[in-house]
Amino acid sequence: MTSPVQPVPDHLVSALVRDEPRVLTRITSLFGRRGYNIKSLSVGTTEMPGVSRMTFVVSGERGVVEQAMKQLDKLHDVVKIIDHSLEKYVDRELVLVKVRVENSERRIEIRQMAEDFRARIVDVGRHALTFEVTGDEGKITAFIEQMRPFGILETMRTGRIALTRGSNADIASHIYHDGQTETLEPVYSSAPREGKAREVNNLF
Amino acid sequence: MTQPDAQQQPMQDMTGAKALWATLAAHGVSTVFGYPGGAIMPVYDALTFYPEVRHVLTRHEQGAVHAAEGWAKATGEIGVCIATSGPGATNLVTGLADAMMDNVPLLAITGNVARHLMGTDAFQEADITGITLPITKHNYVVTDPDELPMIVAEAIRIARSGRPGPVLVDIPKDVQLAAFGGELVRPQAHPETPAPRPEVIRAARELLLGAKKPVLMVGGGAQGAAREITEFARAWQLPTITTLMGLGAFPASDPLWLGMPGMHGSVAANHAISQADVLIGFGLRFDDRVTGRVKDFAPQAQVIHVDLDAAEIGKIVRTHLPVRSDAAHAARALTEDAVPFDLPEWRAQLAEWRTRGEHPTTWGAAQAVRQVVARLRPDDILTTDVGQHQMLAAQLARFEKPRRWLTSGGLGTMGFGFPAGLGAAMAEPGVRSIVIAGDGGFQMTAQELATLTKYDIRNVKICIINNSYLGMVRQWQELFHEKRYSEVYLGDSNPDFLKLADAYNIKGWRAENSGDLESAIDAWLSHDGSGLLEVVVPNEHGVFPMVPAGAALYEMIETEPLKTAPHKAPDLGEKMNVVAEEQEARQ
Ligand SMILES: Cc1ncc(C[n+]2csc(CCOP(=O)(O)OP(=O)(O)O)c2C)c(N)n1
Repeated sequence: MTSPVQPVPDHLVSALVRDEPRVLTRITSLFGRRGYNIKSLSVGTTEMPGVSRMTFVVSGERGVVEQAMKQLDKLHDVVKIIDHSLEKYVDRELVLVKVRVENSERRIEIRQMAEDFRARIVDVGRHALTFEVTGDEGKITAFIEQMRPFGILETMRTGRIALTRGSNADIASHIYHDGQTETLEPVYSSAPREGKAREVNNLF
Repeated sequence: MTQPDAQQQPMQDMTGAKALWATLAAHGVSTVFGYPGGAIMPVYDALTFYPEVRHVLTRHEQGAVHAAEGWAKATGEIGVCIATSGPGATNLVTGLADAMMDNVPLLAITGNVARHLMGTDAFQEADITGITLPITKHNYVVTDPDELPMIVAEAIRIARSGRPGPVLVDIPKDVQLAAFGGELVRPQAHPETPAPRPEVIRAARELLLGAKKPVLMVGGGAQGAAREITEFARAWQLPTITTLMGLGAFPASDPLWLGMPGMHGSVAANHAISQADVLIGFGLRFDDRVTGRVKDFAPQAQVIHVDLDAAEIGKIVRTHLPVRSDAAHAARALTEDAVPFDLPEWRAQLAEWRTRGEHPTTWGAAQAVRQVVARLRPDDILTTDVGQHQMLAAQLARFEKPRRWLTSGGLGTMGFGFPAGLGAAMAEPGVRSIVIAGDGGFQMTAQELATLTKYDIRNVKICIINNSYLGMVRQWQELFHEKRYSEVYLGDSNPDFLKLADAYNIKGWRAENSGDLESAIDAWLSHDGSGLLEVVVPNEHGVFPMVPAGAALYEMIETEPLKTAPHKAPDLGEKMNVVAEEQEARQ
């Protein structure tokens, strides 16, 4: 038996998807149906009309995550999957943290600490300060840990977003097999996989 | 197939509905199966302008979708079905899930309420795209009439390309009615299927060359590559197993053929897998009914898995050499420089296994099925429903060609057999479409007898194996639930099947013992027209060999335990533990 508290690794994956009705439902329902665990998900438009980008943090063993990526890749709306563990990348997350302020002494202490993290104050209350922090996972975790002793009232995180370093056209697609990865020719530079992305008005 | 001129209709009269038919016709769709209703009426109205497309009115939307599946499975072409919104659309759901599991290229067209009513719980509104999201390869709501031809063309391409599957196009009523100002489109070209990389083929060849106990396993994904697979197997002299979905992809008359693997597989196939040192699989997905306990599936084998769908490789069974490729490409590449195996010991072992697992010779379902399938001609299509008769047919029929065996494998859909056989019969009026069904499953779609009559379909031969029970469930209750026969008896309320057939003007025959059987079969098959044969059999026979759920293939029960012995649950120990089975499936 393995120990029950063994941490499950996190994987950072991005997907370029066609901006069509239900694409988000399609993806989340696929994850739900097959029992993959999404820890965070953020979605936004891209520089290309009709194409959105999603970044997922999926937790699970490598094999599970590979299977999730392969299943995702089969969806007609998915143009491309980027497995960040195979490339160098930058990632960021934005977090709002509301911290309890007991007295003016504490207030100074908290503001000092926030400055070290370059956290911005976005709201000031009589008994609370709300900070905005941006950074990679390590920085955000560290900030929250530093604030915890003062008393965290609420937090909200956007979820991680990531981009591969270097020029986009270099990004290859990958095919996963047990323990092996096969790199495909970049498809992105030519056309999205199934012809041009169509624009369909969102009805819902 | 005729390619009528899609531009025949004056463009100024074009509506969304007409554009739909024009596009289907341009794609060579000659027959669609369907059922009208409020939200699809403009499409049915427009149909009257397109005599080049034949519409088959079934008696239930489930009949329509299975008939379209039968059409597609037999021909390899797209099957098309149509239904109205709400209940019409939801009646398609079972067939769509079936087509998804068995990779049947299918286009389902549904009507829906007008755009401005969508999302308001309007009369007969159902969110069919939401409902079918996980059971279609893709689906669409058409919101702009001008896009209809493009969407339909894309839907057909998606349904047919790569790993085929069902695609649903939902068309709001006002889109059907709207004036069409777009362009009609030509059929889209199929994307190229991936060919294997040379270094992967070299590696596969190396593995094969080192094998002492090689086995080839062929699945449903190789139905379109039967010729290449057969050449490959023969060139290497590879003992060959075909899965339930792969039956026919390799000729059963070839001495290399070992039968079907899995829960009701042959002794030879299951033992061969268990002892193999190299197992090469083409176009299969290692379903749990095929693998038995996954941990002990092919425990000694290096597995080479050839599949178009990367997600299938390594999904269930550990793969030593993944080959992402179309089956035909890979088989052809591996046929070059083949070195035929000369392995007398392995061959002798296989020959010994092949003698085992005989069926009972006394009067019963096995005898009936054996006699029916013995009369199959190579071109005949054999369709089954789901249950004991299905497994018996899979074990006993001998197919020489692909696409002659139509069965619901992945979903195991009762009610599939008869309408699928009907659809196949309409696709190929020149061949006999033989349907074997149980008394339970036949009654799930028996109303399609009316469709036989309505269209005077003359080549459907239905054989009902009537054991008065939901036989397969009864078998499990007998073996694993200490004979507590809970809710499986039908005998007190089954119709007189011959009277039922007669009520639809279909001729019927009945056999109740081995003495009647041959003459009844001959009369039924030689009758000029469709017919129904009911074979009344005892209920106590089970289907064997059988690998109990959760057991390893080599732990199969080879022949039926003696009925005369006082009942004792088979000693299966923990193998029967369904929880363990599920856990292990997730390993
Ligand atoms: C739609 C559907 N409902 C239930 C089942 C579960 N099931 C599998 S086999 C079977 C019994 C089939 O009985 P019958 O049609 O008489 O065939 P037999 O097994 O007796 O040959 C049942 C109920 C199913 N496969 N499909």
